[in-house]
Amino acid sequence: MELLFASAIGVLVAAGVYLVLRARTFPVVLGLALLSYAVNFYILAMGRLRVDLAPIVREGTVAYPDPIPQALVLTAIVIGFAMTAFVLILSLRASFDLGTDHVDGRPPVGDR
Amino acid sequence: MNHWIIAPVALPALAGVAVLLGARGSLRGQRLLGGLATAALLGIGILLMDQAYDGTVQAYALGAWPAPFGIVLVLDRLSAMMVLMTALVACCSLLYAITGPDSHGANFHALFQFQLMGLCGAFLTGDVFNLFVFFEVLLIASYGLLLHGGGRERVRAGLHYVVFNLVGSSLFLIGVGTIYGVTGTLNMADLAVKVPQVAPTDTTLLMFGALVLLVVFAVKAALLPLCFWLPRTYGSAAAPVAALFAIMTKVGIYSIVRVYTVAFGSEAGVAADVAQEWLWPLALLTLLVGTLGVLAARGLRTLAAYLVITSVGMMLTVVGLGSTASLGAAFYYMLHSTFALAAMFLLVDLIVLQRGEVAGRLVRAPAVRQPALLGGMFLVLAVALAGLPPLSGFIGKVLILSAALGAQPAVWVYAVVLTAGFMALVALSRAGSMVFWNVNRGSANPGDIVAPTVPRAEPARVAAVVVLLALVVAMSVFAGPVARFAYSTAAQLLRPDDYIEAVMNASPEGGDNVPAHGAGGR
Repeated sequence: MELLFASAIGVLVAAGVYLVLRARTFPVVLGLALLSYAVNFYILAMGRLRVDLAPIVREGTVAYPDPIPQALVLTAIVIGFAMTAFVLILSLRASFDLGTDHVDGRPPVGDR
Repeated sequence: MNHWIIAPVALPALAGVAVLLGARGSLRGQRLLGGLATAALLGIGILLMDQAYDGTVQAYALGAWPAPFGIVLVLDRLSAMMVLMTALVACCSLLYAITGPDSHGANFHALFQFQLMGLCGAFLTGDVFNLFVFFEVLLIASYGLLLHGGGRERVRAGLHYVVFNLVGSSLFLIGVGTIYGVTGTLNMADLAVKVPQVAPTDTTLLMFGALVLLVVFAVKAALLPLCFWLPRTYGSAAAPVAALFAIMTKVGIYSIVRVYTVAFGSEAGVAADVAQEWLWPLALLTLLVGTLGVLAARGLRTLAAYLVITSVGMMLTVVGLGSTASLGAAFYYMLHSTFALAAMFLLVDLIVLQRGEVAGRLVRAPAVRQPALLGGMFLVLAVALAGLPPLSGFIGKVLILSAALGAQPAVWVYAVVLTAGFMALVALSRAGSMVFWNVNRGSANPGDIVAPTVPRAEPARVAAVVVLLALVVAMSVFAGPVARFAYSTAAQLLRPDDYIEAVMNASPEGGDNVPAHGAGGR
């Protein structure tokens, strides 16, 4: 499971970084979303990957998962979602205002 | 527990909501609410400063959850100083804004209050993840404020700023996650206890987490090579927003100072002073690049924006030296540069408004309407920012240089700081003489020196600049007490025992007068 989890995070980060470095705003937004998914998995993994643990602590429960990373992930998901929505709207606004979806607001010379 | 500690966060949050819900249609109502809340924040800032002045450290356990399980806010000299500084700049910026710039778009006052909430929260929190949350609060407010008024240039600058900071937020979470995975805590005081006990096999991970956080804070502080988002962002923002943004880079510097003295300070075992060896060389390079930018700037706004970068380089250089004297000098310089730069952004806007179509470009143009007033203020600011006697820039520079004297990289610090000061002097003199002296007089129309449509600067706007200038002058006149306070702040910071003890005893059982459970924080 560790290998699968780690490679999933790795692939997400690689794809996210690649997309963030693209020159058009839509891939950049997608890249940011992928990066935030990867980060959420990463935080979850920091609570250690273990299965079959008691979800609710009762008297006598000895093995239970660390609740803090789950709380952190929830916060991170909410914030990440809001930020993705904002950057999507901003890039739409930018492409209407500037007439291009290039991240610099103007296509480089020689690019059509 | 002392409930005033939560006030700088709770008050702007409530005021922002009140502005949104209560005064939606009326700009007057928004101005009134925003103004009252900001003035009240200033009062709270003074009160908190009074409480922290003698060196007591107070912790506020949110929801009365005992540390390290709950989130704590901590009031010490440094956070009190930062909150007070924020409130002072916010008052001046808002005074400027309510004369008109706030009407260029919707929701200026709500965003302004949320920005203040994020800033004060970031300065007060004692928890690294909570720091992330407040970073996001202040960032999303700053995105809105940056775009306030609209326009192509702002949208273009805003896109870079937002994407850059979102990547920074991802890195922040990776750093936070790693540190939690290794130490099992995110409370700064608890980190100070746990970091030295980390198993040797985990030290690489811990160092990774600490240095990823440094990258994030460097993004906020605009440290080279992560500073290139700043000039265009600050140069395109509306003047009161840019003045408030003068604090934003200080959030990054504050976080570096806080995290790398409390959690990764000199007693952190293998991770001790992990940031210092990176800070001063990068900061000196930042200072150099900022200076080049100041020299090359072709407009007043860009000039002011690059001055922000030079001030960051200046402060982080001495923060990187890590002694009491150098941190004290950094704090003095931080106060000085925040007030001076906020004044500069406002003053540049006044000048731009009176130059008509030429705006801030440094070319020969008609004279401004009020050359004596604006020129005089520019002269005072230029003297302060270039670091000439008798103003606080000079005193700050002397403190910085004398703190660097004993340190190992003294030669580099002296060479770069003195060169940068000289170049800033050259650039500011050139800009000043271009704007105020090298003006078109002999045009075909002798009476046409100034377009008659240019109105005089509004008194409230001039007052906002004058108050900030008065703060700069006061920092020069009362340099002794202010510097003593800065040094005692640095001394308190480098002895984190009080901080750790205050946080760890902030639990309801060990705390002052809080009933056992359920009561306490709201």
